Amino acid sequence: MSHRTVEYNLATPGLDAEGRPIDIPLGLGLKDTHEYRVPGQFDESFGAEHMLVNIGPQHPATHGVLRLVIELDGETVIRVIPHIGYLHSGFEKLGEYRQYNQIIPLTDRTDYLSPMANNVGFALGVEKLMGIQVTERCRVLRVIACEMSRIISHLVWLGTTGIDLGAFTPFLWSFQERERIYNLQEAWTGARLTTSVTRVGGMMADVPDGWIAALREFCRTFPATLAEVDTMFTRNAIWIGRTQGVGVLSRDEAINRSLSGPMLRASGVDYDVRKDRPYLDYETYDFDVPVGEHGDIYDRYRVRLEEMAQATRILVQAAERLEKLEGTPLNVDDPRVILPPKSRAMSDMEAMIFHFKQVMEGVKPPVGEAYLGIENPKGELGTYLVSDGTAKPVRWRIRPPSFLNLAALPRMCEGALLSDVIAINASVDIVMGEIDR
Amino acid sequence: MTAIAPSLPALRDAFGDAVERVAVSCGDTIVYLRRDRVHDALAWLKQTPGQEFDYLTDVTAVEYRDPERPLEVVWQVRSLGRKVDLRVKVALDTAEPLEVPSVYDLWKGADWLEREVYDMFGVVFTGHPDLRRIIMWETYAEGYPLRKDFPLRGHFSRAEQTRQALAANPEAHYSLDELSIAEAFHELPKDVRERLRRGDRGFLR
Amino acid sequence: MPAGADPGAVTAISSISPNWVTTRLDLLTNWARANSLWPMPFGTACCAIEYMATAASRFDIARFGMERQSFSPRQADVLICAGRLPFKLAPVIRRIWDQMPQPKWSISMGACASSGGIFDNYAMVQGIDTIIPVDVYVPGCPPRPEGLLYGIRLLQKKIQGESIVDDSLRDEHLVGPSGLFLPAERVDELSEPFGNSVSQTRSG
Repeated sequence: MSHRTVEYNLATPGLDAEGRPIDIPLGLGLKDTHEYRVPGQFDESFGAEHMLVNIGPQHPATHGVLRLVIELDGETVIRVIPHIGYLHSGFEKLGEYRQYNQIIPLTDRTDYLSPMANNVGFALGVEKLMGIQVTERCRVLRVIACEMSRIISHLVWLGTTGIDLGAFTPFLWSFQERERIYNLQEAWTGARLTTSVTRVGGMMADVPDGWIAALREFCRTFPATLAEVDTMFTRNAIWIGRTQGVGVLSRDEAINRSLSGPMLRASGVDYDVRKDRPYLDYETYDFDVPVGEHGDIYDRYRVRLEEMAQATRILVQAAERLEKLEGTPLNVDDPRVILPPKSRAMSDMEAMIFHFKQVMEGVKPPVGEAYLGIENPKGELGTYLVSDGTAKPVRWRIRPPSFLNLAALPRMCEGALLSDVIAINASVDIVMGEIDR
Repeated sequence: MTAIAPSLPALRDAFGDAVERVAVSCGDTIVYLRRDRVHDALAWLKQTPGQEFDYLTDVTAVEYRDPERPLEVVWQVRSLGRKVDLRVKVALDTAEPLEVPSVYDLWKGADWLEREVYDMFGVVFTGHPDLRRIIMWETYAEGYPLRKDFPLRGHFSRAEQTRQALAANPEAHYSLDELSIAEAFHELPKDVRERLRRGDRGFLR
Repeated sequence: MPAGADPGAVTAISSISPNWVTTRLDLLTNWARANSLWPMPFGTACCAIEYMATAASRFDIARFGMERQSFSPRQADVLICAGRLPFKLAPVIRRIWDQMPQPKWSISMGACASSGGIFDNYAMVQGIDTIIPVDVYVPGCPPRPEGLLYGIRLLQKKIQGESIVDDSLRDEHLVGPSGLFLPAERVDELSEPFGNSVSQTRSG
C-alpha cells in the first residue's frame, strides 16, 4: 500500500488527511488514477454555466398543468419562461356551436375552483346583451353564489400554498370547509362542482327548504377556521420569512400588466369590480375590500384571508335578504328566455309555442355585443359576447384574470431563489382551465 | 342609453379621419379606427392627461360568420381613475395579410394577449418582442383554430391529430431565448462537448 | 429446459405451469399490490379537484392504501388521469406512462379522460385509451369521490384476479412505429362523435 492510499483510508470522506475538502468530480473516468482536484485549482469556467431547469407540466406544485422553464445561476433565477396551453380545451370555439344556455355548463369548467361565479358572470353577460334585468331574489341568490365561490376558491389557494411552503395541515382544514360549501352547492344544484346554477334570465332552481339555515350555520362556524389559519400563519416566522419581500410587484407594474383581483390589490391598487362597477346590487351590501401595500406574497395572503372574512359578512347579509324575499319570483317573467311552467306549456297554445321555440332554437339575443366584468376570486373575469341575432354567439371571449396574472410571473421571479419561484407561483393563484380555456 | 363616451370628441379632434365610425352597443362605446393610426390613438388615450387609459383590459379578435365582413381586432381599455371603459376596433380585410401594430410598448399586459390572438386567429402584431404560439404547441400545423373556416373538430383526422401530438416532443419546445442558452453548447471545446454527450458532468482541471 | 437454452439461465416464472404454490404466491402478491397502490395523480382539470377532495379528510383514500401520492412516475403504481387531456398534453402523459415501472395500472377518471367528455373538438384527446392502456374507467363529470373510490376498489379487485404466471399482464404497450399506440382506424373509431354530440354541431 502506498503512503497515499493509507492517507485515503484514514481520512474522513470528503476531507483529505490535512482536513481540506476533497472535490472529486464524477464520471470523468479517472477513478483508476485517483486524481482529484486540490482546492485552489478550480476550473475557470466553474459556475459560468447557467442551468436550464424544467418544472412541469406534470408537477404537484405548479397548480395545474403549467410548465416553467427556469434559467438558473446556481440557485438564483435569471429568467422564468412559463409555457401554457396544456389544458387548452377549445372553450371559445365550442361556444360558437352552442346555444347560450348550453354554454353555461361549459363555464363551470373554465375556473373549476369557483364554478358558480363563472356561471353568474356569463349569465350577466348575456343579460347585458339582451337588456334583461333579473328579479331581486335572483340577484340575492347570485350574490350568495359568488361569495360562496370566493370562499371555496380562496380555500383551495390557501391549502395548496400551504403545501407548497411545507405546511400540510391547513390543506386538510380548508378542504373540510370546502366540503361544507359543497354540501350547500349540492343541495341547491345537485352537483358538488359542476353546478351550472344560472340560466339566462334566472337560475336553474331555487334553494330548498332549510338551506338558508344551513348557510347561516356555515357562516357562524367558518370564522373559527379562519382564526385558526390566522394563528397558524400570520405571525409564523417561517411563513413570514418565506413570503415577505418575495415576489414583489409594484403598483405601476401591476396596472401596466393588467393584473386584477387580489394580485392587483396586494400591490396597493384599490380596484374591485364590485365597488367600482357594481353589479347585482353590490353597492347595497356592507363590506370592505382589503388592499395591501408591498405587493409581496405576504400581502397577497393577507388580502385573500381578509376577503374570505368579508365574503362571510356578505353571505350573512344576503341570507337575511333572501329570507325577506320568500315567495317572490326567481326567474324573469319573459317567455323569450325563461321556459313557461310545464303545466301551462301542456295546456296553453302560446306557452307551448314559446316552450318549443326556446328548446329547439334557443334564446336569441338581438344583434350587438357586450362586455361585462365581474369580480371573480382570481380577478376580473370578463365575458365578451358578440351576437348576430342567432341562438349561438358569433364570439364568446373569456377575459381570463389568471392568464394576465401569470404573465407577470417572470417579472416577479427575477433574482429570486428557486424555492421562491414555487412560492410566487402559488401566490398568483392560477387555475389552468381559465388560462388555457 | 346612447350617450357617447366623453373621450370621443377629443379623440375625433386629435385623429380626425382615422376614426372610421363610432357605435354604442348595450351601453359600451366602440370606436372603429384605421389600422395605420391605431397605435398612435391608443398611445394618445393612455398618455394624454384627462384621458389616462392606464389599464388594458383585453385584446382579442372577432370574425363574423358572414365572410364578407372584415375580421376585427378589439382592444378594451380602461381608465382606473376616471372609471371609464372604451372599446377600440380595427377592421381587417381577410383577403389581405392580417397585421396590426403591437401595443406591448404601451401596456406590458399586451404580451400574452397578443400572442393568443396570433395563435387563435393568425393576426401578426408588428413590434411584439416574441410573437409565437402560446396555447397550441409551436409546431402546430392545423391552422388558426378560432377562424371560421377552421372546423370544430379540426382539419385532420383524429388519428393524424394524435400522431402529430405524440410526435411533438415537449422538450424540444424551447423558445428562442431559451435556446440561446443551449446555443452556447456549440462554443464549448470539442472534448468537453464529447464528454457531456457521453453523460459526464464533471469539470476539467 | 428447451434445447439450446443456456444451462445457467434462470427459469422464467411464466414457464411454470400454475399450481397450488403459485396460487398462494398470487394471493400474497396481489394482496400486497392491491392494498398499497401508490397513485401517480396526473391531475389536469376539475376532476383533479375532486381527486384532492377524495384525498382529503372526508373521503380519505389513505384508508385504501393510497396514502402516499407519488408525483414521481418512477415510484408509482397507478396512473390516475384526473381531468381532460388536450393534444398538447398527450406526449406528456405518454412519457409519464412509459416512465412508470411494471407492474402498473391506470385509471381514467371522469368523462373527459374516458372519452373526451363534452369537448368534442380540435383540441381534446377523445379518451386517453387512444394513448395509453386503461384498466378502469370512472364515469362522471366530475365523478363523486365515492365514484372514484368505487373505481379504485374495482382496480383492487382486478389486481387480485391477476396471476404472476401470466406474462401478458406485464406487456409493455408501446407506441408503434406509426407514432400511435393503437391502429389509426381504431383511434378514429374510438373518437367518433356519438349520441347527442352528433346533433349538437348542426350549424357546422
